[in-house]
Order: sequence, then C-alpha cells, then structure tokens
Amino acid sequence: MAEIAHGGTAAPAIRPPVIEIGVLGWMRKNLFGSVPSTLLTIVAAYMIVITVPGIIDWAFLRAVWVSDTSAACKAPGAGACWAFIADKHRLIFFGTYPYAEQWRPLIATAILLAMIVGSCDRRLWNRWLLAWWAGGLVVCSVLMWGGVLRLTYVSNLDWGGLPLTLVLSVVGCVFAFPLGMVLALGRRSHMPIIRWLSVGYIELIRGVPLITVLITASVIFPLFLPAGVNIDKLLRAQVGIILFEAAYIAEIVRGGLQAVPRGQHEAADSLGLSYFNKQRMIVLPQALRMVIPPLVGNFIGLFKSTTLVIVIGLFDLLNSAKAALTDLNWRGFSIELYIFTAAIYFIFCYSMSKYSQALERDLNKGTRR
Amino acid sequence: MAVQYGGRPAGGTHWRLSWNDRNVRSIVYQIAALAAVVAGVWYFVDNTLENLRRLGLASGFGFMDREAAFPIGESLIDYTPADTYARALLVGVINTLYVSAIGIILATVLGTVIGIARLSRNWLIAKLASVYVEMTRNTPLLLQLFFWYMIFLELLPPARQALQPVPDVFLSNRGVRFPVPAAADGWSLMGAGVVIGVVGAMILSSWSRRRQAATGQQFPVVWAGLAAIVGCGVVGWLLGGAPTALDRPALRGFNFSGGVEVSPEFVALLLGLVIYTAAFVAEIVRGGILAISQGQTEAASALGLKRGMILRLVILPQALRVIIPPITSQYLNLTKNSSLAVAIGFPDLVHLANTAINQTGQAIEGIAIIMAVYLTISLSISLFMNWYNRRVALVER
Amino acid sequence: MNKLSVLAAGAALAVAAAAPAQAGKTLDAVKQRGQLICGVSQGTAGFSRPNNQGAWEGLDVDFCRAVAVAILGDASKVRYVSTTAAQRFPALQSGEVDMLSRTTTATLTRDTVNGFNFAPVTFYDGQGFMVPKKLGVKSAKELNGATVCVSPGTTTELNLADYFRAQKMQFKPVVIEKVDEIRSAYFSGRCDVYTTDASGLASLRAVDAPNPEDHVILPEIISKEPLAPTVRHGDEEFADIVRWSVYATIEAEELGISSKNLEQMLKSEDPAIKRFVGVTPGNGKALGVDEKWAYNIIKQVGNYGEIFERNVGKGTPLKLERGLNDLWTRGGLQYAQPFR
Repeated sequence: MAEIAHGGTAAPAIRPPVIEIGVLGWMRKNLFGSVPSTLLTIVAAYMIVITVPGIIDWAFLRAVWVSDTSAACKAPGAGACWAFIADKHRLIFFGTYPYAEQWRPLIATAILLAMIVGSCDRRLWNRWLLAWWAGGLVVCSVLMWGGVLRLTYVSNLDWGGLPLTLVLSVVGCVFAFPLGMVLALGRRSHMPIIRWLSVGYIELIRGVPLITVLITASVIFPLFLPAGVNIDKLLRAQVGIILFEAAYIAEIVRGGLQAVPRGQHEAADSLGLSYFNKQRMIVLPQALRMVIPPLVGNFIGLFKSTTLVIVIGLFDLLNSAKAALTDLNWRGFSIELYIFTAAIYFIFCYSMSKYSQALERDLNKGTRR
Repeated sequence: MAVQYGGRPAGGTHWRLSWNDRNVRSIVYQIAALAAVVAGVWYFVDNTLENLRRLGLASGFGFMDREAAFPIGESLIDYTPADTYARALLVGVINTLYVSAIGIILATVLGTVIGIARLSRNWLIAKLASVYVEMTRNTPLLLQLFFWYMIFLELLPPARQALQPVPDVFLSNRGVRFPVPAAADGWSLMGAGVVIGVVGAMILSSWSRRRQAATGQQFPVVWAGLAAIVGCGVVGWLLGGAPTALDRPALRGFNFSGGVEVSPEFVALLLGLVIYTAAFVAEIVRGGILAISQGQTEAASALGLKRGMILRLVILPQALRVIIPPITSQYLNLTKNSSLAVAIGFPDLVHLANTAINQTGQAIEGIAIIMAVYLTISLSISLFMNWYNRRVALVER
Repeated sequence: MNKLSVLAAGAALAVAAAAPAQAGKTLDAVKQRGQLICGVSQGTAGFSRPNNQGAWEGLDVDFCRAVAVAILGDASKVRYVSTTAAQRFPALQSGEVDMLSRTTTATLTRDTVNGFNFAPVTFYDGQGFMVPKKLGVKSAKELNGATVCVSPGTTTELNLADYFRAQKMQFKPVVIEKVDEIRSAYFSGRCDVYTTDASGLASLRAVDAPNPEDHVILPEIISKEPLAPTVRHGDEEFADIVRWSVYATIEAEELGISSKNLEQMLKSEDPAIKRFVGVTPGNGKALGVDEKWAYNIIKQVGNYGEIFERNVGKGTPLKLERGLNDLWTRGGLQYAQPFR
C-alpha cells in the first residue's frame, strides 16, 4: 500500500482493501488469522451462542426481581429469583448483628471502604494517612461495639456479614504488616539466633493450611491461657489470621529487602547510621516501595481467605449468605445466592487487583531502565 | 523484661564489656530474644499442662491404638470402623495426597493451556481465557467449592434417574460411576507389558538423543515410544488370554454396585481446586513466556520453526526457569487448600483428624498430627521442586 | 535491632500482664460477671435456636435460664454461645462457656477422659433413621447398602457404625459437619437415610422437610441418648446448682407446682411444698443460693412439663409425645431426687 503514495503526481489516494481495515480487517487479523485460529474461533463462538443467551434469559429476562414470597419464583418458567436476595439482603450483609442497630455496621463499613479507597491515592500517602486510619478505626470500633455515646453495646460475637469480613481482613493486614516486617528483618539479620527463630516461625506457619491455624485458635488456644482468662472466638480467630498472615508478609518484604542493592547498605554504614536508622531511612523505604503490589495481592488473598472462618462458626459474608439459605420459605435458590455473593467478592478483589497492576506500572516508571 | 539489659555476655572473652561494642549488643539482643521466646513458650506450655491437670484430661498419643469406631466414606486402603485411629488418620493422609496429586497434575495442564490461550493471537480465545482467569482468581475458593458441590446435589438427578451420557457411565447426585475391567489374570500380564514398553521407550529416547547429538539425525522417538508401550501392552493382554469382561455398574437396592464410583464430594473438591489453581498457574505461565525476549521467537522463526515448535522447543524450556519457583508455591497452596474438603465432607486428613479430636477430646495431639503431616508434605514438595529447578537450570546453561 | 528487642520485651510483658488475678471457680465467676455463659447448638428446632427476634429459645435454653435463675435470680442473665459439635467440648474445657446445654449425650468417656460432669438428664432420646417414603423401606434392617447422612464427631456417628456392624450390613456414610449442608444433602437425595436423635428427626421432618409426608421415621431406635447439661470436673458447687436446678423443674411437676398455681402453693401446708418454695428455709442455704431459688425457677421458667410442652410438645411443630420423658409416676423416667 505504501508504494502507492509515492506515485508522484496527483494520483488520488486509493483506499486500502476493505478486508484490511475497519471491522473486517480487525476480524481477519484477530479472529481468522490462520486455519487453526479460525477453527478455534468457530468452536468458541458456538459455545458462546449456546450458553450465553440462555444465561441472559435466566438471569435477566425471566428473572423475578420483586416478590415478598417465593411463590412467584417457583412458578413454571420463572428465571433467577433475585427477589430472594432482595428479601435477605440485610441478613447477607450484616449477619447476626442486631436488626435495629444495623445502621451502625453500615456506616462503619462505609468508613472502612472510604479509608481503603482513599489510601489508594498516592498523593495522600503521608503521615496524615496514619492518623486518619487510627481515627477511622476508633470510630468504626465505637460504632460496632457501642456501649458509649448512648449506643447499646453489641458483643463482637454478634458481628457478622460484610463488616466482619472487612474487619478480619483489614485488621489482620494492619497488624500483620509490622510483625511481618520485623520477621523479614530478623530473617536477614546477622545474628544467628534471631535468624533461626524468624526462619523457624515463617516456615512453620507457611507449611500449614490456614484452616489448621484457625482450628488451633478456636479449639486449643484457650488451653494455652491460665484458667479464668478468656479471649472470645472472634478475637482468637483474628489473632490466628494475624499470626498466619505475618509469615507471608515477611516473605514478601524479604523479597524487597533482597532487591535493595548492597551499595545502599554500605553507603548507610559508611555514614555511621545505626541499624535502626539505616533500616528506617535507607533500606525499608526502598524495599517497601518495591513490594507494594505483591502486598496488595496478598491482601486480596487474605480477603478471600477470611471465608474460612466458616469452619469455626463465625458469620462472615459467606456464612451469613449461607444462613439465608436455611430459610424454609425460600428453598432452592442457592445458585442465585452464590452468584450474588461471588459478585460481591469479585467486585472487591477485581478492583484491588486492577489497582495493584496500575500501581505497579506507576511505581516502575521511575526505575525502569 | 529485665533480662534485656541484665543478660550477661559470654564472660572470659577479650571483648570490652560495653554497650557500645557491637558484638556485646548483638549477643545481648540474641539472648533477650531467645529468652523472650523461651519464656513465652514455657508460659503457654505450663498453662496447658496446668489446665490439662486441672481438668483431668488425658494426654499423649495412646488413643492412636484404640478402635476408631467411626465410618469413613471413601478410602483407598481397606478401612472399617473396627480399625484404629492411627489407620483412620492414615486414610486421611492418603486421601489428602491423592486429591492433591491429581489436582496438581490437572491444574498444571489446564493452567498451561489457559496461560498460552491468554497470549493467543486469536482475540476471542485470549478474551475468554482472561475472563476465566479473572472470574476464578477473584472469588474465594471456599465459595467455589460450595458452588460445585451444590451443582452436583441440586442439578444432577437422584441415583434412580441417573443420567447415562455414555452406555454404562452413570451420572447422578451420588457421583459418577463407570465400568472397569473385571478382575482377571490377563490384566496383570498387560500391566507388566506396559511397564516393559515404558522401559523400552526410555531406552529408545536416550539412544535417539545420543544419536542426534552425534550425527544430527532425528528419530521419531515419540511415535516409536508410544508404539512400544501400546504394543507390549497388547502382547501382554493377548498372552493373558485377552480378557474382555467389564465390571458394569448396575442399580441394585439403594445404590449402584459394580464399576468404580467417584463421589460428588471428591469431584467437587477436585474441580474447585483445579479450576482455582489453574487460574494462578495460567498467570505464571503467561508471565514466564512474556519474560522470554522477543528476539528468541524471532530467531526461532528465522530458523523456520513453526509456531507450535517455537513454543515447545524454544520458549517453554526457557520459561520453565522463570515459572518453577512461583509454580512450586501454587502446588503448595493447592495441597494446603485441599484441607477445605472439611467443608463439603470429603474425608481428607483435616476432616478425619477433626472427627478424631471430637471423639477423643484430644485436640492438641490431633492438631499436632495435622501440622506435622502438612509440614512434611510441604517440605517434600519444596525439596522436589528445588531439585527439579536445579535440573532445569543446569540443562539451560 | 532495637525494634525487635522492644517487641520481644513487649511481648513478654504482655504475656506477664495477661496472668489473671485469680483463677476463679465457675460459681464465683458467674456471680462476678452477673451473667451465665451457656454453650448451645447452632440451631436445633425445639432445643436451642434463635427466634425471629434473635432471642434464643428451646428446651436446652430453658435449662440455661433455670440455672441463671438459681444463681442470679434472673432468667435473662444468660449469654448464649453457639457452638459446633466439634467446638462444644473444648469450649467447656477451656472455660469459654460455664456449662453446655446442647443436646449432649452423657457417656462414660465424656465423663472420665474428657473431664465432665453431667447434670440429670433433661431429655431421654434415642437414635433413629429417616428415609424418603418412596424408597418403601419399613425397617432399619432393610438398609443394607444404603448411603447414610450423618454429622461427624457425635455419638450418632459411632452408634451408626456399631449398628450396621452388629447387623452385618454395609453402608456408605456421607459426613459433613455443617448441619444445613448435611440436611440439604439428604433432601437432595445424596443419601438414602438421615440419622440422628429421634427428636432431631421429628424436628427435621416437621420443620425442614419441603413436604413432611414424603419422609418416614423408621421404628427402630438403635441407641440410648440421655441428653444432659454438662459442666467441668472439679467445680462441685456449680455442678450441684446445675443438678438441683434441673431436679427442681421435675420435682415441681411431681408436686403439682406450675408457674400458674405457684402463688397459691406459697400458702400450702404440705411440708414438701413448703420446703420446695422456700417457705421452710434450708435448701437454698445448703446449695449456697437464695432460699427462693426453686420458686424463682418455676416462676420464670416453669416446671419440666411446661418446659417440655412449650418447646417440643404436642402444640409445637415437633409434636413429640412425653414417652420416656414423662414422670416416673406416669411410666416415664423423669424422677427427681428428694428435696430435703
């Protein structure tokens, strides 16, 4: 095509063949590039044609959106029963939290989410952010527990639903991070005993499934404490999650520490900085910057893993949703429920993973060779 | 803790006993840390012993020899409720290993296919693969397990109206049941034949590699090897009297009998683990392939290799180097995630140990067993993959 | 390294600070916190399950309330902790709950190896089988080869294995810990048989089955399941109070005292009744509780018959007969030891 343009005088520009440009050109290149590719496209398109319309029909066209009873959903020809979700949404979102007080976890959830979203903006990464977090967590605790400001006290045994999932994962991450950082430094320490202790802890925890840590927290941990001292089930699970998560964060931070060039350590040493100051001012800032994306990835994993508290009988988002299934009046709509619950998890995890990818690109800008 | 400053550094050395001495500080810190850990552990152990004594609880592993008395749904070894707790837990260990091993193989295959599909030049295929990856990666595994189990229970018919997609294969909410060859002497001869064939194929392949290195001549080793394996198998089968009888499933009484049954719990767990882990494997494979420089592909194309061959001979061997460490941790994750079986009732180690804990009340021992087994498995997989990683790395240099 | 040592020292301090002022006896602990912590199930109709307002109710719950009345004088001073079958014993052993009232079968090993004491039986139960009617099964002896749904970690699981072994029959267990999961497995046809205590079967059929007529409970009762409130070893005062709180409800029914006629009974001349309601003092002091304790239990919770009828009796969806749970005077097994 390019030669044509060289054709000296005022020869009118000839348009490229239709099959090379526009929709057709794109399709030829991306869908029918070769014989195997064409075959794959046909097979895939066929699969889509036989499944997707049926799903759309079921999920939207024939779906029952509003209904107080399950009768409409059970009528022949009815599709997905979203009315079930509508009827149960408060149970799903707030679990066993006292019904009349559910505005409190609602606000607490909103604050937590606002803080998480706010923390995503790099312009806000400064000292104030820590203060905001501290303040936000205090406000959330007051709202969730009550007992002051004329709010009735709600035992944390009654917490449930999305707020519980958020609390378990956010608090888990916030407390596991410093512990993980200390473990990572310990693993890279020159002092053998400290190194062994850190390595032992990290490998022990990483070698066992979270479920065993939770069962330990729920079943054995009480025996570790002296008679008369009790820590409730939620707190024990939370401690279990923190201890578990710290080992994984330690390994991520260690990756970052290893990537800090040796020269940086030597330069800091030659300035006569103490170990603490060297880590605080030279090494950690560089190391942590590199590990932010994997840390976000780790947080996504943690967010999903909190569902395991179901085995020790806590009502997180998934367990609250399953509790909705036990209503005898709404029997047999588990597919809708699982899809809805999966969608909530998906929205959280997908946006976090997109953010982490964007952040990775952003942070690499300066250092890209 | 007073120990921190009071701890005495090793006496009798020539170090100056000063806080400004780096070695002194280091020793003090280490003693302090060790003391804190020892104190903490001692505190917990002491409390535990005190609690056990106060509550009059038994401790120790004596219960392992007692009769378990509880039934187990599926087992690869013989088990009856008359067996001991030790054997019941062994059933659990074997089930865990079994589902993990199959899961790892299937997840690797599926993940590699999806990972390559995401890089496909075909837009539709690439998009479908990425939709799959995003959907499975961003929802909790436990939710997926419940979902698959629910699909089995609610969408498949009961045993008496079992679907029959292929004659003699029955699909119902009791699981999948398919025919297997009835036991006959001929099968062992056929097995022996296949083993001989495999050995032969291995010898063939090493001979052809040496010949290619020496002379450059290629030998169709894949086809020849397959022919050797199949041929020896067939010969063994014929020698054994060519048994053809099948053990067919049939509905008798409450359930199907005959053939082999795979339970819904097992299928749901395997499906969940494979589909979830494959998404992560796919991303690792994709990353590994992308890490190989474009120049390698171009050079291989310039040599006239076809796309499939480039992938197989040039890209994947190099990508393996990048892929193996992260994929190892995915294998470990899959194994650890198999403990979620407890939620849908597949009798894995955690499930059975949990039952044993309930029946005997000996929680500490039960959890200790679970942890020891998982640590052993994790360590073994790590060691094996490290060995494999070294091997791949050596080949590459 | 400062950080690490500070952390280590901090951890040690925290551990030291967590040491309790006193390792209190259960009774003192209950009085001090003004609340009884009672381990209940995660939801068993008629025994313990939160109603629509989130308040716990049921036969097991009523005995928690009775104990709270005896110690604290107020039936509402109970905190309920729902426990899975697996968690209940560790929860009691560790002191997370003061007592269990959770359809727990009294057995020899639990009494000895697990270190528990059982209060008098609050409900005599036995294990049975439920099957879909369309299978046409009439007796448990016809269950050879069946797939059976059962909860793990219970005596039910062991009895099931024992029964099939004794009858030389085969079966395939499906074992899931979450109760709703195992129930939906049964109702979807994953299993042919569901087995649990007969009262549980009645509740399952009446309340949970999409259509109760589609399921039959087989006549065989294969085990004895005396369900009793459970406390820890080594705390005799508290165990005594739990024991006599249960007896109080039975004794009241024997004496004809109910929450309705309680006020008249205060004026009764019968010495047994006078001792029971505390008009003649002595019992309360002996137990270390208020003299009006039994009076208060009947007033706030009711006698055994009232508790039974309210939660599991004819007027409830469970529609259970008194049967073994009737008073000994009427052919049942409920029998209070003398209040003197």
